[in-house]
Amino acid sequence: MTSSSVHADAAPEADSHAHHAPQSFWSKYIFSVDHKIIGLQYTLTGIFMAVVGVYMSYVFRMHLANPAAHIPFYGVLSPAAYNSLVTNHGTIMIFWVAMPILLAGLGNYCIPLMIGCDDMVFPRVNRLSFQVFFLSTVLLLVGFMAPGGAFGGAWTSYPPLSAKVEYNLTPHGNVIWLLAVALEIVAFLLGGINFVTTAMNSRAKGMKMFDMPVLVWMIVIATIIFMMSVGPLVAGAVMLLLDQTLGTHFFAAQGGDPVLWQHLFWFFGHPEVYVLLLPELGVVCEIICVFSRKPLFGYKTIVYTTFMVGILSMIVWAHHQFIAGIDPRMASIFSLTTIIISIPVAVIMFAMIATLFKGSIEFKVPMLWAIGLIVEFLLGGVTGIYLGSSALDVYFHDTYFVVAHFHYTLIPLVAFGGFAIFTYYFPKVTGKMLDERLGRIHFWGSAIAFNFIFIPLFFSGLAGEHRRIYDYSGFAELTTPHMQSLRTMATHALLVMIAFQIPFVINVIKSLLKGAPAGANPWKANTLEWTADSPPPHGNWAELPEVYRGPYEYSVPGREQDYWPQNAAN
Amino acid sequence: MNHWIKGVSSYAADIDGLFWLVTALIGFWFIVAQGIVIYFALKYRRKEGVKAAYITGKTWRELSWVFIPVVLVVMCDGWIDVATASVWHNVKETLPTADHKVGVMGQQWAWTFSHEGPDGKLGTPDDIVTVDDLHVVVNKVIHVDLQSKDVLHSFSIPVMRFKQDTIPGRSITGWFKPTVPGVYDVQCAEICGLGHGYMAARITVQTQADYDAWMKAVAAGATALPGAPAASPAPAAAPATQVPQK
Repeated sequence: MTSSSVHADAAPEADSHAHHAPQSFWSKYIFSVDHKIIGLQYTLTGIFMAVVGVYMSYVFRMHLANPAAHIPFYGVLSPAAYNSLVTNHGTIMIFWVAMPILLAGLGNYCIPLMIGCDDMVFPRVNRLSFQVFFLSTVLLLVGFMAPGGAFGGAWTSYPPLSAKVEYNLTPHGNVIWLLAVALEIVAFLLGGINFVTTAMNSRAKGMKMFDMPVLVWMIVIATIIFMMSVGPLVAGAVMLLLDQTLGTHFFAAQGGDPVLWQHLFWFFGHPEVYVLLLPELGVVCEIICVFSRKPLFGYKTIVYTTFMVGILSMIVWAHHQFIAGIDPRMASIFSLTTIIISIPVAVIMFAMIATLFKGSIEFKVPMLWAIGLIVEFLLGGVTGIYLGSSALDVYFHDTYFVVAHFHYTLIPLVAFGGFAIFTYYFPKVTGKMLDERLGRIHFWGSAIAFNFIFIPLFFSGLAGEHRRIYDYSGFAELTTPHMQSLRTMATHALLVMIAFQIPFVINVIKSLLKGAPAGANPWKANTLEWTADSPPPHGNWAELPEVYRGPYEYSVPGREQDYWPQNAAN
Repeated sequence: MNHWIKGVSSYAADIDGLFWLVTALIGFWFIVAQGIVIYFALKYRRKEGVKAAYITGKTWRELSWVFIPVVLVVMCDGWIDVATASVWHNVKETLPTADHKVGVMGQQWAWTFSHEGPDGKLGTPDDIVTVDDLHVVVNKVIHVDLQSKDVLHSFSIPVMRFKQDTIPGRSITGWFKPTVPGVYDVQCAEICGLGHGYMAARITVQTQADYDAWMKAVAAGATALPGAPAASPAPAAAPATQVPQK
């Protein structure tokens, strides 16, 4: 217990790490305070919600390809149900899939393992965080059973539509939706406290700040951005709740201002994009270094530019509101800041590409997903320049071009990045190797189908097709066979992409049952998590590791081995 | 962007020109970056006996591989910013003198348009009010006075490259100058509830003579509201009220 005395007084649970008494199923897996179990709880809940979210997209894409037809596994889609599916698809994919998997799941599992400590600083706060999150998940899904149906005013929930029942016609759905989102945010605030505190206080002996893997930096910076930006949203949510339930007028035309909500929402909503982006870039950095056997190019530069991304992300929000009735002179400023944020992101992307230079690259499945992420995310990134340009946004705002753009950023991050994390850490979490061949089939099938979903939508958007429209029959310019063929192509590609998840499921089940044993360090990586057993026991190490060098000492000249674990004395 | 959609307003060409400028600049960077990733990925595949180079990117000399391209990116960003600010200034920050004014009222789920009556003034009893059917004269500067009765809507005419949210409690003035006669779609671009997808309207751009004839016809049969027959041949889509049953 001596080596973890940095936070020995933080929680009584810390004592129990020293002697691992056998635990019941409930205390081990359901009410656990172990950071790894909590990370897995978040991840599995996120995967479950991903299935729900994909099912929703399946239903409304089927409807758009073939309006008013009977949809297998659903039925006929009504306008009210269409709105609520579109709304909750967005809400779920951001708040209940991306956040729990990329931030909470990854952060909880990896931070203590990567910095060489036995658990988070506040294990019981961590458990509370997941419990609040679980409650919010249940609450969101209950919204679909509420009389009047689930909320259907878009994931941005703009008032007055979201504030008054006579406008949105979902008397309970809107309140339940708002409460669920607010609870979810509480959960991540609780978890975030742990991430930052643990990374600051519990690093292994010998590990300086710049010896931390870049992934830990990214999660810490993402958490700080989240904490700094979420306050106004919570305040806004309370005001909106009062508008909904007590009839106050914070966002009403008389006495209040509907546009105020948009500022509060996007002040959080845009930094949120970077909250999701940064952990993913961190994962890609780790994976690229391991599978190209190279040190990370410009480690400190990446960390410093990431801070710059964080700061800039706070002053770009109004680019969502260029045509929302803000002062036109303000738009030029936000257009400038938005385009400037491409600079630090470009530094990070270029540094990742430079890491490949003169490497010894091995395309194992995690590396395929990581490189796939870079290749696809580039298209999402550059198309953001169109939307950051205020004058072009006049045309593109709320068209399918926007939909295609942000799916080209979020699907590489959440799906490609998620699968990269999954395949990279599966051996550590389960002790079993995944099947490479099934993994490659899964990657290529999903990646190709993904492009055929969203490239057609760029062209729909260019032709002026707006989002969230249940029925295009009223618009002569949008009912042409060409426009319909774009919609149909996207839907068919979605079905193909869903079908290509079958090899993944088979792979996971097969590998769990009879995968080859992974050993502690199957990828020959340097970072500390690979020095623990697979799977790591409660407490992670019998004796906590000591660190002698940075995390990216690959292919060091003069050494026989091409890796040099952080804890190896020589 | 004429390949995908017509541009029929005075500033459509400016916005489309900006689109092609951005496409050229980011297209260059996109192709270069993709090319390098794919080239590295293929060229530096693992070979037996070949060790990776130990390059940490700590020296300025090595960092220049990243920073020189970044300086070039900054220059492209600057170009895009200046071009954007100039187009934005013409489209949204300046307001040319109006030839005609039109009142636009968004509500769940229809657009109500008020045209100047014979007296040439908006807001007088002889205004011609239509639902989902807007008429304007070609080559005239049109001011639209945008309001909303209930929730946010967004008045969008894709072919004009015009879009502006309407906000309850506010009156926002926008402008466009149509250049080609015809009948075009008007969409609501901001989700506004159950009938959002049905909030379709048509804009008829016509010559002064056709417009006068339309006005006379409407004034003569003042009961011919809403959706008076358009003077130009309209495509099959029905412009009239399509509000779904609650």
